[in-house]
Amino acid sequence: MKTRPLQFQVVTRVVAFIILAFSVFLFFAGHNNPGGGFIGGLMTAAALVLLYLTFDVKTIKKVIPFDYAKMIAAGLTLAIVTGMGGMVLGQPFLSQYDRYITFPFFGEFHATTALPFDLGIYLVVVGFTLLVILTIAEDGS
Amino acid sequence: MSMLHFIPLAPFIVAIFIPILYKAFRHIHTGWFVLPLPILLFIYLIQYLPFGGEPLTPIMETIAWVPSLGINFTVYLDGLSLLFALLITGIGALVVLYSIYYIANKREEPLNNFYVYLLMFMGAMLGVVLSDNLIVLYVFWELTSLASALLIAYWFHKEKSRYGAQKSMLITVSGGFAMLAGFTLLYNMTGTFSVREIIASVSEISTDMLFIPAMILILLGAFTKSAQFPFHIWLPDAMEAPTPVSAYLHSATMVKAGIYLVARFTPVFGGQAEWFWIVTSFGLLTLLWGSVSAVRQKDLKGILAFSTVSQLGLIMSLLGIGSAAYQYEVIGGESIATVAILAAMLHLFNHATFKGSLFMVVGIIDHETGTRDIRKLGGLMTIMPITFTISLIGVASMAGLPPFNGFLSKEMFFTGMLSGASLDVFNVQTLGFIFPIVAWVASVFTFLYCMIMLFKTFTGKHQPEKLEKEAHEAPFGLLISPIILASLVVLFGLFPNLLAYTIVDPAMQAILPGLLQEGEQFYVNIYHWHGFNAELFMTMGVVFFGAFLYVNLKKVQETAFYLGERDPLNWFYDNGLDGLITGSTAVNNVQMTGKLRDYFTFMFAFLILSVGYMLIRTGSFAFDIQNAAMISPYIYLVVAAIIISTIALPFMNNRITAIVLVGVVGFLIALLFVILRAPDLALTQLLVETVMVVLLLLVFYHLPELKKEKFTPAFNVSNAVISIGVGLVVTITGLAVHAFSNENPMSRISDYFVENAYALAGGNNIVNVILVDFRGLDTLLEVVVLGIVALAVVVLIKYKAKEGEDV
Repeated sequence: MKTRPLQFQVVTRVVAFIILAFSVFLFFAGHNNPGGGFIGGLMTAAALVLLYLTFDVKTIKKVIPFDYAKMIAAGLTLAIVTGMGGMVLGQPFLSQYDRYITFPFFGEFHATTALPFDLGIYLVVVGFTLLVILTIAEDGS
Repeated sequence: MSMLHFIPLAPFIVAIFIPILYKAFRHIHTGWFVLPLPILLFIYLIQYLPFGGEPLTPIMETIAWVPSLGINFTVYLDGLSLLFALLITGIGALVVLYSIYYIANKREEPLNNFYVYLLMFMGAMLGVVLSDNLIVLYVFWELTSLASALLIAYWFHKEKSRYGAQKSMLITVSGGFAMLAGFTLLYNMTGTFSVREIIASVSEISTDMLFIPAMILILLGAFTKSAQFPFHIWLPDAMEAPTPVSAYLHSATMVKAGIYLVARFTPVFGGQAEWFWIVTSFGLLTLLWGSVSAVRQKDLKGILAFSTVSQLGLIMSLLGIGSAAYQYEVIGGESIATVAILAAMLHLFNHATFKGSLFMVVGIIDHETGTRDIRKLGGLMTIMPITFTISLIGVASMAGLPPFNGFLSKEMFFTGMLSGASLDVFNVQTLGFIFPIVAWVASVFTFLYCMIMLFKTFTGKHQPEKLEKEAHEAPFGLLISPIILASLVVLFGLFPNLLAYTIVDPAMQAILPGLLQEGEQFYVNIYHWHGFNAELFMTMGVVFFGAFLYVNLKKVQETAFYLGERDPLNWFYDNGLDGLITGSTAVNNVQMTGKLRDYFTFMFAFLILSVGYMLIRTGSFAFDIQNAAMISPYIYLVVAAIIISTIALPFMNNRITAIVLVGVVGFLIALLFVILRAPDLALTQLLVETVMVVLLLLVFYHLPELKKEKFTPAFNVSNAVISIGVGLVVTITGLAVHAFSNENPMSRISDYFVENAYALAGGNNIVNVILVDFRGLDTLLEVVVLGIVALAVVVLIKYKAKEGEDV
């Protein structure tokens, strides 16, 4: 285990989660404001990369036990399955639906099928970025 | 979505669960989970048979797929597709049952793979015979090639299996490509991919210039798939597959797809002389070549393979002759040419029964003795009496002896050939006399190899020392399927008219639509005894000469033709493949230098040449800055900074500085996006730059130290020419586009998105709406690309090839 500057570690602990939170916000904001699956995914990946840079790979693997290859597969499956949803109703592949649903307390919620589709993209982007970076980083070490 | 759509899809759906079941129930043979499916499908399909004497009315169900291109998932069930679908599911069920006992439930046998491939194949085959839409048919068609290659290579650790799989794949897939080209030509002429509609517009297209090319291309697909001469060479090598697979693919289904295609297109091309001659002559040639070559084989499965080749040729030639039916009037459901179609359909069915049982029997012999070599076998009659009985029935039927069903179709085949010779269209007078002669000679050889197969295996001296195992009768489970098939051979031999108006007549009506009056049926009456006529004397001659040749087998096999071990036509395939590999390696060595610089040179040179050429050819140089947007001073500043950093880049001696400079360019572009009010793009660009820096640093860590002098940028003329060229071409194109839009004002696509983003997709962020909705398919495929790239990176890095190893 290599040692890293203490300041760096302390700052990262706070900042990484701010970035993570912001990336989740970006993801949900996507439909009406700048953001979306692609940007949100990239930002999440950036936050995680920061964590990996600060602490070592082993530690983070314990904390975030994701298999990024499986994450890509899950994302692709989610996107494709969402796209096929419309086909059951006789609509073409990737037909999108949206509807406003009013919940008690929470108020109006805009439900779209674009959201799970975007989530699929989000997962693929996160999985891709980290898989590539980690694979290259672990090589030779 | 109707029930009919589920028929071709059901096997794929079941296939998804097979790996799970395989893992969950290790002690149960996976085949038991597969078995119910073909049985259910078979029972479901049986109910469509016209038992009550009422003619079968075709059923058509459509699901829109890409309606704008005329591509729909249309399922069409008529007599022809029903006959094939019944064979696929019926023989499929028997093959699955047989395979359960044939392939042991051992850990090292990847049974899950086997059954997934088998189901994939079954579904694809059902899709081929049930699709009305040509594109859908093509997709399923290529799936059968793929699935069969996987099945042939099931024991992939064997060199020969891989060779056979590759060969079958290369030949059938290239035929499939030709067929696709033929389909598109048909689409060009008719504007539809629906077979129904194409048939309806035959009279308009038959004089079209593209009609004959389309015919030939489609026939190429059919001939490669059905192993017609000279494409038959893949079929014997495909025998490396496990025997249940051979029984399935090569007796009942895959090789018959070509027959199906020819039958399906008979209403389109049938009235043409070219069709008649091509189909008939290739069929006859295949028939002759296959039967003569079968005598060379020492392997029982090899004999069966060539026998299949020859029998497929037989059916093909009958379809060719029968296509002349369009030239004659049908009276009382009968005309001079329809008997050939009748013979073809009857033989198609009979062949599936007796060849299926024979393949299974050969599998049993292999399973119980450890060899299929007829030089080692012999005297098994008393040791394996049940197997012998089944073989006797199958072989006698194949040889065309009464009272088995093969006799009926063989006699009818002679009738078809004789009637073919007496046609008076298409200049048959000149060469038609050859038809019965070839048919007769081929039948003599068929009789000969049937005798070899039966007698060399079951009679003579038993040589236990040459066998790997001690021979004994097969377990009962292995015998069930061949017994069922052999019983069918006998049953339909004794009561052939069970088939007449249930299966054969509907199939004929599907092949020859429009010939009958309303409510009429083709005259189908199959019987054993039809007096002392030419056909009977031909059969007697076959038996006599066949037996004569068998007695003199030694001398026959010493003739020059039989000296080589393999089919001489393989020479063309093997050398062609070698040439292809050498040629592509040569091209590769020039093009794939492994230097990124060279690749960029190729790409940019291509860009300059293609775009530049188009610019000059269309004379689109134009300069018009009217309506150009105002450029604010910030933009000048940012662009100037971008230009300076870019120009500075090649002069950097230090890698870190170079990376930082690239980063600066990226961030400046992000800034440009901010100024131009594209927050989404700016955000993406910024994040990508950040992640890229990390990546670059990681890669940097691994790069070997480069020597200084390599890094010093030498002024390279070709580099300068290319980079300036690219810049020029892009700038000129941009200016030309702007000038063009000034002259021809058109509504901008962005306006459409602005107006409809919320109304159609319920989102205010246009960029995101475009990504997930308007162009969702692009996005989906892009993330698929991301997934593939990630896979490639992992494979490249984790499974690095060692020094001197091939990737």
